[in-house]
Amino acid sequence: MTAVDEVKIGGMGASRRRVEDNRFIRGKGNYVDDIVLPGMLHMEILRSPLAHARIRSIDTSKAWAMPGVRLVLTGETMAARNLAWMPTLSYDTQAVLATDKVRFQGQEVACVIADDPYIAKDACEAIVVDYEPLPVIVNPTQSMAEGAPLIRDDKENQSDNVIYDWEVGDKAGTDRAFAEADLVSKIELHYPRSHPSPIECCGSIADFNRATSKLTVYLTTQAPHIIRAAVALVAELPEQMIRIISPDIGGGFGNKVPVYPGYVASILASILLERPVKWIEDRTGNLISTGFARDVYLQGELALRRDGRILGVRMNTTADHGAFFSDAQPSKFKIGLMHSAFSCYDIPNAHLVARGVYTNKAPGGVAYRCSFRVTEAMFFQERMVHAAADDLGMDQAEFRRVNFVRDDDFPHRTSWGFLTDSGQYGKCLDVGLEAVGYQDFLKEKEEAAKRGRLLGIGISTMTEPLGAGNSREYDILGIKMFDSAELKIHMTGKALLRTGAKSQGQGHETTWAQIVAHELGIPAEDVLVEEGDTDTAPFGMGTYASRSTPVAGAAVAMVSRKIRAKARKIAAHLLEISEEDIEWELGRFYVRSQPDRGVTIQECAVAAYSNMPDGMEPGLENVAYYDPPNLTWPFACYIVTVEVDPQTGVWDVLRMVAVDDCGVRINPMIVEGQIMGGLTEAYAMANMQFITFDDEGNCIGSNFTDYLLPTAWETPGFELHEVVTPCPHHPIGAKGIGECAAVGGPAAFVNAVMDAVKGSGVRNIDMPVLPDRVYEALQTGQDVSGAPPVRMA
Amino acid sequence: MTSLFQEITPGAAQEIPVREITVMVNGERRSAVVEPRLALAHLLRQGFKLTGTHTGCDTSNCGACTVLVDGRPVKSCTMFAVQADGHDVMTVEGLAGPSELHALQEGFKEEHGLQCGFCTPGMMMASKALLDENPSPTEDEIRWALSGNLCRCTGYQNIVKAVMWAASKLDGGDTEPAEVDS
Ligand code: FES
Ligand code: FES
Repeated sequence: MTAVDEVKIGGMGASRRRVEDNRFIRGKGNYVDDIVLPGMLHMEILRSPLAHARIRSIDTSKAWAMPGVRLVLTGETMAARNLAWMPTLSYDTQAVLATDKVRFQGQEVACVIADDPYIAKDACEAIVVDYEPLPVIVNPTQSMAEGAPLIRDDKENQSDNVIYDWEVGDKAGTDRAFAEADLVSKIELHYPRSHPSPIECCGSIADFNRATSKLTVYLTTQAPHIIRAAVALVAELPEQMIRIISPDIGGGFGNKVPVYPGYVASILASILLERPVKWIEDRTGNLISTGFARDVYLQGELALRRDGRILGVRMNTTADHGAFFSDAQPSKFKIGLMHSAFSCYDIPNAHLVARGVYTNKAPGGVAYRCSFRVTEAMFFQERMVHAAADDLGMDQAEFRRVNFVRDDDFPHRTSWGFLTDSGQYGKCLDVGLEAVGYQDFLKEKEEAAKRGRLLGIGISTMTEPLGAGNSREYDILGIKMFDSAELKIHMTGKALLRTGAKSQGQGHETTWAQIVAHELGIPAEDVLVEEGDTDTAPFGMGTYASRSTPVAGAAVAMVSRKIRAKARKIAAHLLEISEEDIEWELGRFYVRSQPDRGVTIQECAVAAYSNMPDGMEPGLENVAYYDPPNLTWPFACYIVTVEVDPQTGVWDVLRMVAVDDCGVRINPMIVEGQIMGGLTEAYAMANMQFITFDDEGNCIGSNFTDYLLPTAWETPGFELHEVVTPCPHHPIGAKGIGECAAVGGPAAFVNAVMDAVKGSGVRNIDMPVLPDRVYEALQTGQDVSGAPPVRMA
Repeated sequence: MTSLFQEITPGAAQEIPVREITVMVNGERRSAVVEPRLALAHLLRQGFKLTGTHTGCDTSNCGACTVLVDGRPVKSCTMFAVQADGHDVMTVEGLAGPSELHALQEGFKEEHGLQCGFCTPGMMMASKALLDENPSPTEDEIRWALSGNLCRCTGYQNIVKAVMWAASKLDGGDTEPAEVDS
């Protein structure tokens, strides 16, 4: 007998086809809107057409009178139950249904619950709201202006529109570095407001059963346990009587982390009516009211030495969070992990000043395919680096290489306090340059320029912190950011695994089983994976910020090891030999001196229920809570080449090369799928995705005709490469990957266009780099800003 | 009788004009009494309990609701159920029998052409319409045919491969059939 073949059992490194696909390809997924409960009613939301207005009165009588209408909720109904406001995951409050005034266009004003969704929608239109318009604020400049109207007059002690001022780093040291610099490179950038827009909108079905006092809520949530805690707090229900079920989710990307008013209203409606109440958001509701992303302004400066070394960095950011600060932030970090910028570069001095403000726009600033603002951080970083290399007249690749943290410098403490632990930055860059044919392209570009053609190349290299915790530094609502896995090995050697994470397309049902296969030698197909039901899954923080593999995935490995430890004792008993004389190979324990004598893990499983040693607890089940010692630090190098048409400003992607080092890959096929998905969003961000507002606070981008998402037609093809530097502290050496490409990618596209138009003297065009902006820049030789000027915080 | 709303509130019945329609759905004759304004997508999902057809926008942009009407791809969120009266509708549930897989279904699994799976039924139906007309499309033809279907997860590259895989299989090509786990 020998160890089982890991590839055959679908273990680590196998591009195992996905288990979940079996239902999805048959149209048998089970998304929230697919669930029908007996006696279920339907809820619709009436939203504010105005961005800032006092509510004089709401007349719901016509709605109540319509046949089929069961309940109409307004702010007043909510307030009577102390539910008009709810806490956000960023230590702010948010209106569930407006009472005093509306603060953004699309804000929830009333809800109708009716026999079917069409009636509910009709009844919403029959509600008459009398608004008194107020002055509207649509950007930080207006928000911070002298005498600006106070948006959050509901909050005691709030006398202006500033949410927070936050600072990190060594100001004095950084000032000195700038004083000593040969050259200071400055740039102002805007990372525009965007929206994650998973194809499935948000929704809920609340089902309160008076007979059992139990509340079951089916919810499009990436973090069911956090929601359970939030519901317990908001609805003042005992937590054991709340069951949150997150069924199949049609994409999340951060959009499904926050608690939305619709969820809360459907819960109250179900409690009042004692019937299940379904709320399914429509696309416009999704785009104008749920967690948008980004909308951050930067004033950035790099202190440079003539030889290319970066001596210091200054960042000053202003974030527009809309009317309620309602993304999810670790409590210690107000602007999330913005200070993880420049982590791949060895820079002795750094200082960041961050301000967040309220405006009359939809609330949020969610981490869209992102770990708490690293997307903005890495974009700013790579745009600043690109501009600095140009200012120095240095080669883009060389400038990065000179400043990289070297392979033998790990662990490396960044000047903003992060500890990076592994990477081969130079090697990744080399792989990328080689793949794209860097030197040849530079020649081609020169040749093309002679004929009036504008070619450009853009590089973006970055390491980002993925997989929050550790719990010392990371918490949400005070709950530490660990995660969990529970493994039950049945008597026949088959297994059931549950985790506190929640897949929204990442393929956990497939990959978690591969980790168990790797640790225990149980074939992956024998392991059933379940997630998303708070009554059965162990407590976890959910899936976002690329934390599943770094945290929950580690918990899967750790619980498997606990199982193995117990199985070893059983094996010793079965083999009648002491535990010390036993060896493990995949799937099997054997006697060291007699390798032929052994027992399989499956034989140990039977014995755990039928023939355990004296004094041993029966069963082969366990649970592990994993609190990571550090974040994981994947590295990526993205290189894009483009051609810009000077007549129209249109730019085409010629090549897109991605080199990702996310440590050990559990399922390479799935990893590559994640990378390609991220690259597409990077392209979209650079090219088209854009939620903007007019002066009156009207959201221009309230449907997919105005808010453009890339289709198969314009999305470029991708060339993927890999480098593997295992994570030193993760039990299987893996690092996060889901968001890397969306985080590091946008700067590669923008840098490529900037490179192409460099000859015209233009240093920056803000995203999205629309053809008209490029055309304008080429015509005027001036930068094109997508934003109003922002006062320094 | 299959009707969209099992129970109608008393009083509503007189006010709502309804019409009886008959639609061939996945080869089966099905009838329903519907409001004229009812979207075909809603008839399929709520009325006929065929929840494989998804809705992601209601504005003909995302394509998650794509079904075949008389063999042509149609966004069922933007077609009234009454317009389908007397027509032939195929949804993802009609692609293959319960114990079989259509080449497209196999191809999407084999080439990792889906992640969250929400766009997938619409993608496969649009792909079917393409392959029915053009059995061996080029990459550009596939990308163009699917340009009315949005996917937020995959970046499309694997979707294109999935369709090529299916085309090759349907053509009797030497594609390895996908292992079907269940
Ligand atoms: S729901 Fe029909 S196109 Fe989006
Ligand atoms: S697989 Fe998620 S939208 Fe396409």
